[in-house]
Amino acid sequence: MGAAISIDYITHHYPGQEEPTLKDIEVNVAPGETVALIGQSGCGKSTLLHMLAGLLIPSDGCVRINGHQVIKPSPRWNMMFQKPSLYPWMTVRKNASLGLIFQGRKRDMRERIDQLLETVGLTDKAEVNVQSLSGGQQQRVALARSLATDPELLLLDEPFSALDAFTRVALQDEVTRLARERGISVVFVTHDIEEAVAMADRVLVMGSNPGTITAELRIDIDHPRDRNSQPFVDRKAELMGYFGATRTPAADPEPAGSEPPSPEAESEIQAADPAATESRARVRAA
Amino acid sequence: MNREATLSIDTGTVERLMPLLRFADRTRRALQYPLLGIAGLFALWYWGGWAIANNEDTMAFASFAPGPTLAAFWDIVSSGAVWSPIESSLYRVGWGLGYAIAIGVPLGVMIGYFLTLKQVTHVPFQFLRMISPLAWMPIAVLAFATWDAAIIFLIAIAAVWPITYATAHGVQRIDPMWLKVGNNLGANPYHTLRYIVMPAIAQDVFAGIRLAVGVAWIVLVPAEYLGVTSGLGYAINDARDTLEYDKLAAFVLVIGIIGYMLDAICVRLIKRSSYHAEG
Repeated sequence: MGAAISIDYITHHYPGQEEPTLKDIEVNVAPGETVALIGQSGCGKSTLLHMLAGLLIPSDGCVRINGHQVIKPSPRWNMMFQKPSLYPWMTVRKNASLGLIFQGRKRDMRERIDQLLETVGLTDKAEVNVQSLSGGQQQRVALARSLATDPELLLLDEPFSALDAFTRVALQDEVTRLARERGISVVFVTHDIEEAVAMADRVLVMGSNPGTITAELRIDIDHPRDRNSQPFVDRKAELMGYFGATRTPAADPEPAGSEPPSPEAESEIQAADPAATESRARVRAA
Repeated sequence: MNREATLSIDTGTVERLMPLLRFADRTRRALQYPLLGIAGLFALWYWGGWAIANNEDTMAFASFAPGPTLAAFWDIVSSGAVWSPIESSLYRVGWGLGYAIAIGVPLGVMIGYFLTLKQVTHVPFQFLRMISPLAWMPIAVLAFATWDAAIIFLIAIAAVWPITYATAHGVQRIDPMWLKVGNNLGANPYHTLRYIVMPAIAQDVFAGIRLAVGVAWIVLVPAEYLGVTSGLGYAINDARDTLEYDKLAAFVLVIGIIGYMLDAICVRLIKRSSYHAEG
């Protein structure tokens, strides 16, 4: 069963900063819902995700998962990062098993991992060292590792942004399918508008200085989603509008979404996010 | 016609001999440069022996030359006289290194992990590190009841620094994401150490141990010059006192060979502990 999340008026100051990084964030996520956090660099979306994972404690307000306040990380809510960060001295199986080993759930571990590796299509790679895998395969191992502990909530921090376009699309669809099958709630951070529209039930647009949620967009398209369908393209164009892209739905003389959005605008939003990396460094220091 | 027959026989023979030839070629490639180096060292030694023997002032030391030395070497090996000093020396080096590892690895992990500790320990440790272990000799003799314990202390104090600093270096190179992912998967401190930190730094630790073995082996011989009546250092000193220079040189040879073997073991351990993919 997926987790219900309630984010209660979070405001966060990093030490030594005047302006809050996040201000008055209030969000509720229903069990099994998939929510995207999208915004430009430095808007605090990664910070917010770290708070959901319990890797960072907000200075004001709190995160509750199923009514319990989050104060530390737990295998029940699992985070996946931009880099798979597998342990290079272990096989695929060992990497995927780690969460279970840490929890002391070693009974039936082999069978569980076999099943999971089959789900992510890596059955034949179970006993090989992870260094021999491609980037996409490595991210699949990270996915299996995250799913092994039966999490109620999956937190994804731009997990596909380092992959090539084909692998990225395949994994976006796969994670969505697996999360829906298992009823897992998903919250993910992205720069990629198409990714947000492809995976999310609801997209939260964040603005910066201070980080607040500026808009909310519901994506009620049935799964699996056809990326070329009219509703999909419309949603993308609508979302693009929030980022001052060259084509805003309101200012557009043509019917919205009759052609793909301008590539420049998209790549601008997808640009690397140094602030996110920076905030991760701070999390560790904290 | 004759020529054709010869040719066909030759091809057959060559084909049958091919695996053997390939093996010979591989062996030659693997050994040619090391053998060249060994031959060079022998040539130098031979020339040195010849120069000593032909100088009136140094003639008395002529048995340092390869001929008498190798004969004496064969003598101590075949009579079994070589094993007892080796055993004593390895015992001391083993314990000294054991203590150095037991102290150096945890210390290195903490120095690598806590920046404050690194800053606090920098001056005192660098200061202590630069003091020759042999300078501690009088203090060690006072502080320890037995000569053995004093020598083990000297070896440990010499070997602890490379292990400590190599370990600290390894810890500092750990990808912070590995710790974060472990934390996220619910690792407790024991799990973090056992599954993440130790495998990540194993190669650095063994590289430190390799340096430490070198230092320990060097410190051992002068440490054994004093007090004890066993070990390779003592054997050298004893051979000098009885003017058996061929035996003295034979023990130098033994020290070199064992030192080389210890180093080779360390190299193998470093390779085995490396998690980097082959090739």
